Amino acid sequence: MKLVIINYGAGNTQSLKYAFQRLGVNPLLTDDKEEILSADKIIFPGVGHAKAAMNVLKEKGLDVLIPQLKQPVLGICLGMQLLCKFSEEGNTECLGIFDETVKLFEPKLKVPHTGWNKTSGNESWYYFVHSYYVPKNELTTLTCNYITEFSAAIQKNNFYAVQFHPEKSGKTGAEFLKKFIEQECK
Amino acid sequence: MLAKRIIPCLDIKDGRTVKGVNFENLRDAGDPVELAKLYAEEGADELVFLDITATHEKRKTLVALVERIAANINIPFTVGGGISSVEDVYVLLQSGADKISLNSAAVRNSKLISDIAEKFGSQCLVLAIDAKEKDGKWNVFLNGGRLETELDLFEWAKEGEQRGAGEILFTSMNHDGTKNGFANNALKQLSETVNIPVIASGGAGTMQHFYDTFTEGKSDAALAASIFHFKEIAIRDLKSYLHQKGITVRL
Repeated sequence: MKLVIINYGAGNTQSLKYAFQRLGVNPLLTDDKEEILSADKIIFPGVGHAKAAMNVLKEKGLDVLIPQLKQPVLGICLGMQLLCKFSEEGNTECLGIFDETVKLFEPKLKVPHTGWNKTSGNESWYYFVHSYYVPKNELTTLTCNYITEFSAAIQKNNFYAVQFHPEKSGKTGAEFLKKFIEQECK
Repeated sequence: MLAKRIIPCLDIKDGRTVKGVNFENLRDAGDPVELAKLYAEEGADELVFLDITATHEKRKTLVALVERIAANINIPFTVGGGISSVEDVYVLLQSGADKISLNSAAVRNSKLISDIAEKFGSQCLVLAIDAKEKDGKWNVFLNGGRLETELDLFEWAKEGEQRGAGEILFTSMNHDGTKNGFANNALKQLSETVNIPVIASGGAGTMQHFYDTFTEGKSDAALAASIFHFKEIAIRDLKSYLHQKGITVRL
Protein backbone atom coordinates (compact mmCIF):
# COMPACT_ATOMS: atom_id res chain seq x y z
CA MET A 1 0.00 0.00 0.00
CA LYS A 2 1.24 3.46 -0.84
CA LEU A 3 0.59 5.91 1.95
CA VAL A 4 1.43 9.57 1.42
CA ILE A 5 1.67 12.33 4.01
CA ILE A 6 1.21 15.67 2.30
CA ASN A 7 4.24 17.77 3.13
CA TYR A 8 3.63 21.50 3.11
CA GLY A 9 5.81 22.53 6.02
CA ALA A 10 2.94 22.42 8.50
CA GLY A 11 4.01 21.08 11.83
CA ASN A 12 5.16 17.83 13.20
CA THR A 13 4.99 15.33 10.36
CA GLN A 14 7.80 13.32 11.95
CA SER A 15 5.45 12.03 14.68
CA LEU A 16 2.97 10.87 12.07
CA LYS A 17 5.68 9.12 10.13
CA TYR A 18 6.85 7.29 13.24
CA ALA A 19 3.25 6.40 14.17
CA PHE A 20 2.73 4.66 10.82
CA GLN A 21 6.14 3.00 10.96
CA ARG A 22 5.11 1.46 14.30
CA LEU A 23 2.14 0.00 12.37
CA GLY A 24 4.46 -1.44 9.76
CA VAL A 25 3.77 1.08 6.98
CA ASN A 26 6.44 3.41 5.70
CA PRO A 27 4.71 6.58 4.52
CA LEU A 28 6.09 8.88 1.87
CA LEU A 29 6.33 12.51 2.95
CA THR A 30 5.92 14.60 -0.20
CA ASP A 31 4.44 17.67 -1.90
CA ASP A 32 4.82 16.12 -5.36
CA LYS A 33 1.48 16.06 -7.17
CA GLU A 34 2.16 12.84 -9.09
CA GLU A 35 3.19 11.03 -5.92
CA ILE A 36 0.07 12.27 -4.13
CA LEU A 37 -2.22 11.29 -7.01
CA SER A 38 -0.75 7.80 -7.21
CA ALA A 39 -1.16 7.09 -3.47
CA ASP A 40 -3.67 4.58 -2.14
CA LYS A 41 -4.32 6.66 0.94
CA ILE A 42 -3.40 10.17 1.92
CA ILE A 43 -2.78 11.94 5.21
CA PHE A 44 -3.33 15.68 5.31
CA PRO A 45 -1.70 16.84 8.55
CA GLY A 46 -1.37 20.29 9.99
CA VAL A 47 -0.30 22.25 13.00
CA GLY A 48 -0.07 26.01 13.02
CA HIS A 49 -1.98 28.92 11.55
CA ALA A 50 -4.78 28.49 8.97
CA LYS A 51 -3.85 31.53 6.89
CA ALA A 52 -0.15 30.65 6.69
CA ALA A 53 -0.99 27.03 5.86
CA MET A 54 -3.42 28.01 3.08
CA ASN A 55 -0.79 30.32 1.59
CA VAL A 56 1.69 27.45 1.38
CA LEU A 57 -0.94 25.14 -0.14
CA LYS A 58 -1.66 27.79 -2.78
CA GLU A 59 2.02 28.31 -3.58
CA LYS A 60 2.35 24.59 -4.16
CA GLY A 61 -0.92 24.31 -6.11
CA LEU A 62 -2.19 21.82 -3.52
CA ASP A 63 -5.33 23.89 -2.89
CA VAL A 64 -6.55 22.76 -6.32
CA LEU A 65 -5.26 19.19 -6.07
CA ILE A 66 -6.61 18.18 -2.65
CA PRO A 67 -10.34 18.70 -3.39
CA GLN A 68 -9.97 16.53 -6.52
CA LEU A 69 -8.56 13.51 -4.68
CA LYS A 70 -10.59 10.32 -4.99
CA GLN A 71 -8.62 8.14 -2.55
CA PRO A 72 -9.35 8.06 1.18
CA VAL A 73 -7.92 11.26 2.68
CA LEU A 74 -7.50 11.78 6.43
CA GLY A 75 -7.22 15.37 7.62
CA ILE A 76 -5.75 15.81 11.09
CA CYS A 77 -6.16 18.84 13.39
CA LEU A 78 -5.45 21.93 11.23
CA GLY A 79 -5.75 19.57 8.25
CA MET A 80 -9.37 18.95 9.30
CA GLN A 81 -10.04 22.66 9.64
CA LEU A 82 -8.52 23.43 6.24
CA LEU A 83 -10.91 20.95 4.61
CA CYS A 84 -13.75 23.23 5.73
CA LYS A 85 -15.04 26.23 3.83
CA PHE A 86 -13.80 29.08 6.01
CA SER A 87 -11.82 29.59 9.19
CA GLU A 88 -12.13 32.43 11.66
CA GLU A 89 -8.39 32.04 12.18
CA GLY A 90 -7.06 34.89 10.07
CA ASN A 91 -10.48 34.99 8.29
CA THR A 92 -9.23 32.43 5.83
CA GLU A 93 -10.98 30.89 2.84
CA CYS A 94 -10.19 27.18 3.02
CA LEU A 95 -10.66 24.15 0.76
CA GLY A 96 -14.42 23.80 1.08
CA ILE A 97 -14.92 20.03 1.15
CA PHE A 98 -17.03 20.50 4.25
CA ASP A 99 -19.46 23.39 4.15
CA GLU A 100 -18.54 24.60 7.63
CA THR A 101 -17.02 27.66 9.28
CA VAL A 102 -14.22 26.89 11.73
CA LYS A 103 -14.76 28.87 14.92
CA LEU A 104 -12.66 30.14 17.81
CA PHE A 105 -13.61 28.75 21.23
CA GLU A 106 -15.24 31.28 23.53
CA PRO A 107 -12.80 31.58 26.47
CA LYS A 108 -15.26 30.20 29.04
CA LEU A 109 -12.63 27.61 29.92
CA LYS A 110 -8.93 27.63 29.17
CA VAL A 111 -8.01 27.93 25.49
CA PRO A 112 -6.35 26.10 23.74
CA HIS A 113 -8.28 22.94 24.56
CA THR A 114 -5.19 20.98 25.57
CA GLY A 115 -5.05 17.38 26.68
CA TRP A 116 -6.99 14.15 26.64
CA ASN A 117 -10.72 14.23 26.14
CA LYS A 118 -13.33 11.60 25.49
CA THR A 119 -15.28 11.43 22.26
CA SER A 120 -18.89 10.38 22.29
CA GLY A 121 -19.75 7.94 19.58
CA ASN A 122 -16.95 5.57 20.55
CA GLU A 123 -16.12 6.56 24.17
CA SER A 124 -12.39 6.75 23.51
CA TRP A 125 -9.74 9.07 24.87
CA TYR A 126 -7.81 11.13 22.34
CA TYR A 127 -5.25 13.90 22.63
CA PHE A 128 -6.44 17.34 21.52
CA VAL A 129 -4.67 20.66 21.23
CA HIS A 130 -6.56 23.40 19.40
CA SER A 131 -8.16 26.82 19.84
CA TYR A 132 -10.49 26.61 16.84
CA TYR A 133 -13.14 23.95 16.21
CA VAL A 134 -15.49 22.59 13.58
CA PRO A 135 -19.07 22.90 14.88
CA LYS A 136 -21.20 19.80 15.13
CA ASN A 137 -23.03 19.22 11.83
CA GLU A 138 -24.82 16.49 9.86
CA LEU A 139 -21.47 15.03 8.71
CA THR A 140 -20.13 14.71 12.27
CA THR A 141 -19.23 11.12 13.16
CA LEU A 142 -17.71 11.72 16.62
CA THR A 143 -18.31 14.62 18.96
CA CYS A 144 -16.34 15.98 21.88
CA ASN A 145 -17.43 18.33 24.60
CA TYR A 146 -15.31 21.30 25.64
CA ILE A 147 -16.95 24.69 26.10
CA THR A 148 -19.38 23.49 23.42
CA GLU A 149 -20.14 20.21 21.67
CA PHE A 150 -17.93 20.19 18.58
CA SER A 151 -16.89 17.79 15.81
CA ALA A 152 -14.10 15.42 16.84
CA ALA A 153 -14.50 13.60 13.51
CA ILE A 154 -16.34 14.32 10.29
CA GLN A 155 -16.70 12.40 7.04
CA LYS A 156 -17.89 13.15 3.52
CA ASN A 157 -17.36 10.53 0.82
CA ASN A 158 -13.60 9.79 0.71
CA PHE A 159 -12.71 12.67 3.03
CA TYR A 160 -12.22 11.83 6.70
CA ALA A 161 -11.10 14.38 9.22
CA VAL A 162 -10.33 14.40 12.93
CA GLN A 163 -9.61 17.22 15.34
CA PHE A 164 -7.55 15.07 17.70
CA HIS A 165 -4.04 13.76 17.10
CA PRO A 166 -4.30 9.99 16.60
CA GLU A 167 -0.50 9.81 16.26
CA LYS A 168 -0.21 11.10 19.83
CA SER A 169 -3.19 9.32 21.36
CA GLY A 170 -1.51 6.20 22.67
CA LYS A 171 -3.07 2.84 21.86
CA THR A 172 -6.51 4.19 20.92
CA GLY A 173 -4.87 6.55 18.43
CA ALA A 174 -2.75 3.77 16.96
CA GLU A 175 -5.88 1.63 16.54
CA PHE A 176 -7.59 4.51 14.78
CA LEU A 177 -4.72 4.92 12.30
CA LYS A 178 -4.58 1.16 11.79
CA LYS A 179 -8.25 1.18 10.88
CA PHE A 180 -7.66 3.96 8.37
CA ILE A 181 -4.84 2.15 6.61
CA GLU A 182 -6.55 -1.24 6.73
CA GLN A 183 -10.06 -0.23 5.76
CA GLU A 184 -11.88 3.06 6.16
CA CYS A 185 -12.19 4.97 9.38
CA LYS A 186 -15.45 5.66 11.09
CA MET B 1 -14.65 16.22 30.12
CA LEU B 2 -11.05 17.22 29.71
CA ALA B 3 -8.83 14.95 31.82
CA LYS B 4 -6.28 16.15 34.36
CA ARG B 5 -2.86 15.12 33.10
CA ILE B 6 -0.09 13.22 34.86
CA ILE B 7 3.31 14.11 33.44
CA PRO B 8 6.52 12.35 34.41
CA CYS B 9 9.51 14.60 33.94
CA LEU B 10 12.86 13.23 32.90
CA ASP B 11 15.82 15.46 33.68
CA ILE B 12 18.52 14.56 31.20
CA LYS B 13 22.22 14.93 31.76
CA ASP B 14 24.69 13.43 29.30
CA GLY B 15 21.93 11.25 27.85
CA ARG B 16 20.89 9.75 31.24
CA THR B 17 17.96 10.54 33.51
CA VAL B 18 18.85 12.33 36.72
CA LYS B 19 16.93 13.98 39.50
CA GLY B 20 18.27 16.18 42.24
CA VAL B 21 16.87 17.41 45.51
CA ASN B 22 16.40 21.18 45.57
CA PHE B 23 18.13 21.47 42.21
CA GLU B 24 21.32 19.88 43.57
CA ASN B 25 22.79 16.45 44.35
CA LEU B 26 22.08 14.74 41.05
CA ARG B 27 21.43 11.00 41.18
CA ASP B 28 21.36 8.64 38.23
CA ALA B 29 17.88 7.31 37.41
CA GLY B 30 18.11 5.37 34.18
CA ASP B 31 17.88 5.37 30.39
CA PRO B 32 15.43 8.05 29.22
CA VAL B 33 14.00 6.09 26.29
CA GLU B 34 13.37 2.96 28.38
CA LEU B 35 11.72 5.09 31.06
CA ALA B 36 9.69 6.97 28.45
CA LYS B 37 8.35 3.73 26.97
CA LEU B 38 7.52 2.37 30.39
CA TYR B 39 5.67 5.54 31.39
CA ALA B 40 3.70 5.65 28.14
CA GLU B 41 2.61 2.05 28.69
CA GLU B 42 1.72 2.74 32.32
CA GLY B 43 -0.65 5.53 31.33
CA ALA B 44 1.38 8.73 31.51
CA ASP B 45 -0.50 11.44 29.62
CA GLU B 46 2.57 13.33 28.42
CA LEU B 47 6.28 13.41 29.03
CA VAL B 48 8.68 16.26 29.65
CA PHE B 49 12.41 16.00 28.96
CA LEU B 50 14.58 18.71 30.42
CA ASP B 51 18.16 18.75 29.28
CA ILE B 52 19.78 20.28 32.32
CA THR B 53 23.25 20.41 30.82
CA ALA B 54 22.23 21.69 27.42
CA THR B 55 25.28 23.33 26.00
CA HIS B 56 26.14 23.90 22.39
CA GLU B 57 28.20 20.73 21.92
CA LYS B 58 25.57 18.62 23.69
CA ARG B 59 22.82 19.79 21.35
CA LYS B 60 23.46 17.00 18.85
CA THR B 61 23.18 14.35 21.56
CA LEU B 62 19.85 15.83 22.57
CA VAL B 63 18.53 15.82 19.00
CA ALA B 64 19.49 12.16 18.60
CA LEU B 65 17.74 11.37 21.88
CA VAL B 66 14.60 13.26 20.81
CA GLU B 67 14.48 11.22 17.60
CA ARG B 68 14.72 7.98 19.58
CA ILE B 69 11.97 9.08 21.93
CA ALA B 70 9.66 10.13 19.09
CA ALA B 71 10.18 6.81 17.32
CA ASN B 72 9.33 4.85 20.46
CA ILE B 73 6.47 6.61 22.20
CA ASN B 74 2.97 7.55 21.11
CA ILE B 75 2.01 10.27 23.58
CA PRO B 76 2.92 13.97 23.43
CA PHE B 77 6.26 15.07 24.75
CA THR B 78 7.95 18.34 25.53
CA VAL B 79 11.65 19.07 25.31
CA GLY B 80 13.32 21.86 27.24
CA GLY B 81 16.68 23.04 28.43
CA GLY B 82 18.99 25.54 26.83
CA ILE B 83 16.59 26.53 24.05
CA SER B 84 17.42 30.08 23.06
CA SER B 85 16.47 30.60 19.42
CA VAL B 86 13.82 29.95 16.80
CA GLU B 87 16.38 27.71 15.08
CA ASP B 88 16.76 25.55 18.23
CA VAL B 89 12.98 25.10 18.27
CA TYR B 90 12.84 24.24 14.59
CA VAL B 91 15.47 21.50 14.99
CA LEU B 92 13.71 19.91 17.99
CA LEU B 93 10.25 19.99 16.40
CA GLN B 94 11.67 18.51 13.20
CA SER B 95 13.23 15.73 15.26
CA GLY B 96 9.81 14.78 16.59
CA ALA B 97 9.22 16.87 19.72
CA ASP B 98 5.61 18.00 20.08
CA LYS B 99 6.33 20.95 22.30
CA ILE B 100 9.34 22.81 23.54
CA SER B 101 9.70 24.58 26.85
CA LEU B 102 11.40 27.93 27.22
CA ASN B 103 12.77 29.21 30.48
CA SER B 104 15.74 31.55 30.99
CA ALA B 105 16.01 32.60 27.35
CA ALA B 106 12.42 33.85 27.39
CA VAL B 107 13.16 36.10 30.37
CA ARG B 108 16.27 37.50 28.69
CA ASN B 109 14.39 38.07 25.44
CA SER B 110 10.61 37.96 25.79
CA LYS B 111 10.19 38.54 22.04
CA LEU B 112 11.43 34.98 21.58
CA ILE B 113 8.04 33.78 22.90
CA SER B 114 6.14 35.74 20.25
CA ASP B 115 8.59 34.74 17.52
CA ILE B 116 8.16 31.04 18.29
CA ALA B 117 4.38 31.28 18.71
CA GLU B 118 4.03 33.05 15.37
CA LYS B 119 6.23 30.61 13.53
CA PHE B 120 5.16 27.29 15.06
CA GLY B 121 1.95 28.08 16.97
CA SER B 122 1.16 28.44 20.68
CA GLN B 123 0.30 24.74 20.97
CA CYS B 124 3.99 23.81 20.91
CA LEU B 125 5.20 26.44 23.37
CA VAL B 126 5.39 25.78 27.09
CA LEU B 127 6.69 28.62 29.23
CA ALA B 128 8.60 27.05 32.14
CA ILE B 129 8.98 29.26 35.18
CA ASP B 130 11.10 28.48 38.26
CA ALA B 131 10.13 30.70 41.16
CA LYS B 132 10.77 30.98 44.87
CA GLU B 133 8.64 32.59 47.53
CA LYS B 134 10.21 34.98 50.00
CA ASP B 135 8.15 37.19 52.30
CA GLY B 136 5.00 36.49 50.29
CA LYS B 137 6.52 37.44 46.95
CA TRP B 138 7.27 34.94 44.21
CA ASN B 139 10.43 35.82 42.30
CA VAL B 140 11.43 34.20 39.05
CA PHE B 141 14.82 32.45 38.91
CA LEU B 142 16.98 31.69 35.90
CA ASN B 143 19.69 29.21 34.97
CA GLY B 144 18.11 26.22 36.69
CA GLY B 145 17.46 28.11 39.89
CA ARG B 146 20.87 29.68 40.26
CA LEU B 147 20.12 33.28 39.31
CA GLU B 148 17.46 35.37 41.01
CA THR B 149 15.55 38.09 39.16
CA GLU B 150 13.17 40.83 40.29
CA LEU B 151 10.50 39.45 38.00
CA ASP B 152 7.18 38.52 39.62
CA LEU B 153 5.85 35.03 38.83
CA PHE B 154 2.29 36.13 38.11
CA GLU B 155 3.20 39.14 36.00
CA TRP B 156 5.65 37.08 34.02
CA ALA B 157 3.12 34.30 33.41
CA LYS B 158 0.58 36.87 32.21
CA GLU B 159 3.09 38.42 29.83
CA GLY B 160 4.02 34.97 28.57
CA GLU B 161 0.38 34.22 27.81
CA GLN B 162 -0.07 37.53 26.00
CA ARG B 163 3.02 36.84 23.92
CA GLY B 164 1.67 33.47 22.82
CA ALA B 165 2.75 30.75 25.28
CA GLY B 166 0.35 27.81 25.13
CA GLU B 167 0.94 26.48 28.65
CA ILE B 168 2.70 27.47 31.87
CA LEU B 169 4.91 24.97 33.67
CA PHE B 170 5.48 26.39 37.12
CA THR B 171 8.10 24.87 39.41
CA SER B 172 8.11 26.05 42.99
CA MET B 173 11.69 25.99 44.20
CA ASN B 174 10.45 26.03 47.77
CA HIS B 175 8.65 22.75 47.15
CA ASP B 176 10.83 21.01 44.58
CA GLY B 177 12.40 17.83 45.95
CA THR B 178 10.74 18.13 49.36
CA LYS B 179 7.88 15.67 48.71
CA ASN B 180 5.65 17.86 50.88
CA GLY B 181 3.06 18.67 48.21
CA PHE B 182 2.70 21.23 45.42
CA ALA B 183 2.56 25.03 45.86
CA ASN B 184 -1.21 25.04 45.67
CA ASN B 185 -1.89 28.61 46.76
CA ALA B 186 0.41 30.03 44.12
CA LEU B 187 -0.88 27.54 41.54
CA LYS B 188 -4.47 28.55 42.19
CA GLN B 189 -3.57 32.21 41.82
CA LEU B 190 -1.67 31.41 38.63
CA SER B 191 -4.60 29.49 37.18
CA GLU B 192 -6.85 32.46 37.91
CA THR B 193 -4.33 34.89 36.37
CA VAL B 194 -3.92 33.20 33.00
CA ASN B 195 -6.39 31.43 30.71
CA ILE B 196 -3.98 28.79 29.43
CA PRO B 197 -3.27 25.43 31.10
CA VAL B 198 -1.06 25.43 34.18
CA ILE B 199 1.21 22.47 34.94
CA ALA B 200 2.13 22.06 38.61
CA SER B 201 5.70 21.06 39.36
CA GLY B 202 7.73 20.56 42.50
CA GLY B 203 6.79 18.80 45.70
CA ALA B 204 4.94 15.62 44.71
CA GLY B 205 5.36 12.97 47.40
CA THR B 206 2.03 11.19 47.78
CA MET B 207 -1.06 10.45 45.70
CA GLN B 208 -3.00 12.86 47.90
CA HIS B 209 -0.68 15.67 46.74
CA PHE B 210 -1.89 15.18 43.16
CA TYR B 211 -5.51 15.24 44.28
CA ASP B 212 -4.84 18.44 46.21
CA THR B 213 -3.21 20.25 43.33
CA PHE B 214 -6.05 19.36 40.95
CA THR B 215 -8.66 20.58 43.44
CA GLU B 216 -7.16 23.28 45.72
CA GLY B 217 -4.42 24.24 43.28
CA LYS B 218 -6.74 24.27 40.24
CA SER B 219 -3.88 22.79 38.21
CA ASP B 220 -4.60 21.33 34.80
CA ALA B 221 -1.71 18.91 34.92
CA ALA B 222 0.86 17.75 37.46
CA LEU B 223 4.47 16.92 36.84
CA ALA B 224 6.78 14.80 38.95
CA ALA B 225 10.06 12.99 38.55
CA SER B 226 11.66 11.07 41.39
CA ILE B 227 8.54 9.45 42.80
CA PHE B 228 7.99 7.87 39.39
CA HIS B 229 11.63 7.09 38.61
CA PHE B 230 12.22 5.39 41.93
CA LYS B 231 8.85 3.59 41.70
CA GLU B 232 7.46 5.11 44.87
CA ILE B 233 4.18 5.72 43.07
CA ALA B 234 3.03 3.78 40.00
CA ILE B 235 1.21 5.93 37.45
CA ARG B 236 -1.53 3.35 37.03
CA ASP B 237 -2.23 3.30 40.78
CA LEU B 238 -2.16 7.08 40.95
CA LYS B 239 -4.71 7.39 38.15
CA SER B 240 -7.12 4.87 39.62
CA TYR B 241 -6.79 6.62 42.99
CA LEU B 242 -7.65 9.98 41.38
CA HIS B 243 -10.52 8.41 39.44
CA GLN B 244 -11.97 6.97 42.66
CA LYS B 245 -11.73 10.40 44.25
CA GLY B 246 -13.80 11.87 41.41
CA ILE B 247 -11.03 13.49 39.34
CA THR B 248 -11.38 13.04 35.57
CA VAL B 249 -8.35 11.13 34.35
CA ARG B 250 -7.68 9.04 31.27
CA LEU B 251 -7.78 5.37 32.28
